[in-house]
Amino acid sequence: MSTLLEIEGLEVTFGRTAAVRGASFRVERGETHCLVGESGCGKSVSALAVMSLLARGGQRSAKKMSFAGTDLTSLSDREMARIRGNRMAMIFQEPMTSLNPAFTIGSQMAEVMTRHKGGSRAAALDRAAELMARVGITAPGMRLGQFPHQLSGGLRQRVMIAMALMCDPELLIADEPTTALDVTVQAQILRLLAGLKRELGLSILLITHDLGIVARVADHVSVMYAGEVVERAPTAELFRAPQHPYTRGLLSCVPVPGRVQRDRPLGSIPGVVPAIGAGFAGCAFRSRCGHADETCTRAIPRRQAGDAHDYLCRLEPDWAEPQPA
Amino acid sequence: MTAAIEVQNLRCEFRVRTGVMSQEKRVIAVDNVTFSVPAGSVLGVVGESGCGKSTLARLILGLLKPTAGTVLVDGRSLFDLDRKARARLIQPVFQDPFASLNPRRRIKDIVALPLAAQGTFSRGEIERRVGGILERVGLSAAMGERMPAQLSGGQRQRAAIARALVLEPRIVICDEPTSALDVSVQAQILNLLADLRRDLGLTYLFISHNLAVVEHVASEVAVMYLGRFVERNETDALFRTPRHPYTKALLESVLTPEPGKGVPDIGLGDTMPDPSNIPPGCRFNPRCRIAVERCRHETPTPMVRPPAGMVECHLA
Ligand SMILES: Nc1ncnc2c1ncn2[C@@H]1O[C@H](COP(=O)(O)OP(=O)(O)OP(=O)(O)O)[C@@H](O)[C@H]1O
Ligand SMILES: Nc1ncnc2c1ncn2[C@@H]1O[C@H](COP(=O)(O)OP(=O)(O)OP(=O)(O)O)[C@@H](O)[C@H]1O
Ligand code: SF4
Ligand code: SF4
Ligand SMILES: [Mg+2]
Ligand SMILES: [Mg+2]
Repeated sequence: MSTLLEIEGLEVTFGRTAAVRGASFRVERGETHCLVGESGCGKSVSALAVMSLLARGGQRSAKKMSFAGTDLTSLSDREMARIRGNRMAMIFQEPMTSLNPAFTIGSQMAEVMTRHKGGSRAAALDRAAELMARVGITAPGMRLGQFPHQLSGGLRQRVMIAMALMCDPELLIADEPTTALDVTVQAQILRLLAGLKRELGLSILLITHDLGIVARVADHVSVMYAGEVVERAPTAELFRAPQHPYTRGLLSCVPVPGRVQRDRPLGSIPGVVPAIGAGFAGCAFRSRCGHADETCTRAIPRRQAGDAHDYLCRLEPDWAEPQPA
Repeated sequence: MTAAIEVQNLRCEFRVRTGVMSQEKRVIAVDNVTFSVPAGSVLGVVGESGCGKSTLARLILGLLKPTAGTVLVDGRSLFDLDRKARARLIQPVFQDPFASLNPRRRIKDIVALPLAAQGTFSRGEIERRVGGILERVGLSAAMGERMPAQLSGGQRQRAAIARALVLEPRIVICDEPTSALDVSVQAQILNLLADLRRDLGLTYLFISHNLAVVEHVASEVAVMYLGRFVERNETDALFRTPRHPYTKALLESVLTPEPGKGVPDIGLGDTMPDPSNIPPGCRFNPRCRIAVERCRHETPTPMVRPPAGMVECHLA
């Protein structure tokens, strides 16, 4: 397998806020790589940094950022614009922010295609209709003529997915692509993405907080916490032998239908992510970790728990939870 | 017990024109729905994307005029109440937090707005309440100083929840309130909603795609398909013995965190239902695995199935 996207030591700051703090992950060709983690930990910002789409005020730096052998940090805005939407496409977390309310769905989809690949508007509309049918939109002809506000949340999301596929990208970055969808449509979209991955060799960077999705579709997983990747592992291994206390906490609070205990509160990790400014040292999870001690305020080693499995914590691999006495 | 929400034969149609020359189409988003939600309980609503859940929410909130039928909230029509009284009675938490937060105001001002609009709270009282609710939804005071664009998706959703709860309304209409949140924060918010319900006797209409969440928070669950409630039952009964084939498909589609199992094909086919072209007979028949001839021309009527609950299916 060869690496399509390699990110090392990615840092993003907004003024004094450190949104991403040295995150490293890589997406192999033809694989689905999932990025998971607490709300606000920097998943979307990392993806936007890769696409060079950070909001104003966002400063990016990285030790390495390469896409199909190209050093992304060295590209001019124009060179990046040629890759974006074309070889590398993104489905955004909030569909309404990336759909223009003043234009019909059809004209927005056609524009992506004619901008990057040329060709006629009619041909682009045909392709748009074909992709809309593929993502399960009935009556694509009618939907092409509608405006974004006339679609339900789920329809909008499917439009976004179809739009991202217009130019046959090599890398699809999908930020929570199915959170607005019901479970049957979600299953359908995930099967569609798996099919594209198989048939076209599409590589997918999937951002989600749904560990059910991660388990079912990811090849590899990176777990983020407070701007860092705190654990990376092949999917089965992550679920079988999670190492970082945050990962273990996260896995233990997934509710499963039919096994929900209604009279008890849902499990959660107590506390909130601390605000992290410049000069923060040590483990960012320590205010919420049951295993924290004074060494956790100093530099934390990255430990190896398997061939492709590492994590950021003072605890030795396969540390055991203390048994209640 | 009085019903907090009482809906009778509610119907909502949209007219859409698909091109300059083409004919107008009628989209039937909510199709003759009747139900009530007792005060202090939680009605969970689940169903396919585009089946009309958000439209139902907007009808109940009085943001949309029904084509036919009535909605009573706390025994009254919302159209008879002034804005202030309405705001104390019922509040929404919407699906898309980005669209529902004013991009030019600070988070703490957005959350303070419902209190300020009442005109009866002192500045100190407003500050105290806003601080309290931000903390309860897990946003720091520093987050309160930011603009919506400076927050992550989940942080924005928490702000939207804080704004809805700050007035302590009697009824909260939650449209996918936690779908943008990770499991741990989601649990914190749901536990908060549960606490508030217990402490203040609130009533919720709770729309969600996450069935485990619905199972946890709802007293009763309604399954919606193409604008109608096709099944309704007490939560435990619905999850233990789903009767409608669509409910069964929903439950089978849940992705449990079991690696290697892949994504199931639940056999509903690849096309989605079209609310501008509702099939005759049972509206689910083109996708139903057990449909019989009768399903193609005879519309099933709501049937009560002992000990409780309702289902619209000839074979259930
Ligand atoms: N434009 C901005 N200005 C200032 N801070 C920002 C901006 N955008 C994001 N942030 C901050 O950066 C951090 C990371 O945000 P990001 O959107 O990447 O989170 P996320 O992991 O995608 O979370 P979620 O699951 O809630 O979408 C958050 O604390 C957020 O408040
Ligand atoms: N303003 C509008 N004009 C035209 N059609 C509309 C309008 N609002 C909603 N619709 C249509 O009504 C149907 C129901 O939409 P609604 O938003 O209620 O679905 P939903 O169940 O909330 O879906 P989701 O789970 O995807 O949010 C959809 O087909 C939608 O396209
Ligand atoms: S480094 Fe310390 S605080 Fe951080 S996760 Fe490990 S034990 Fe907990
Ligand atoms: S009435 Fe017929 S088509 Fe409809 S759900 Fe029941 S069996 Fe299926
Ligand atoms: Mg995000
Ligand atoms: Mg909706």
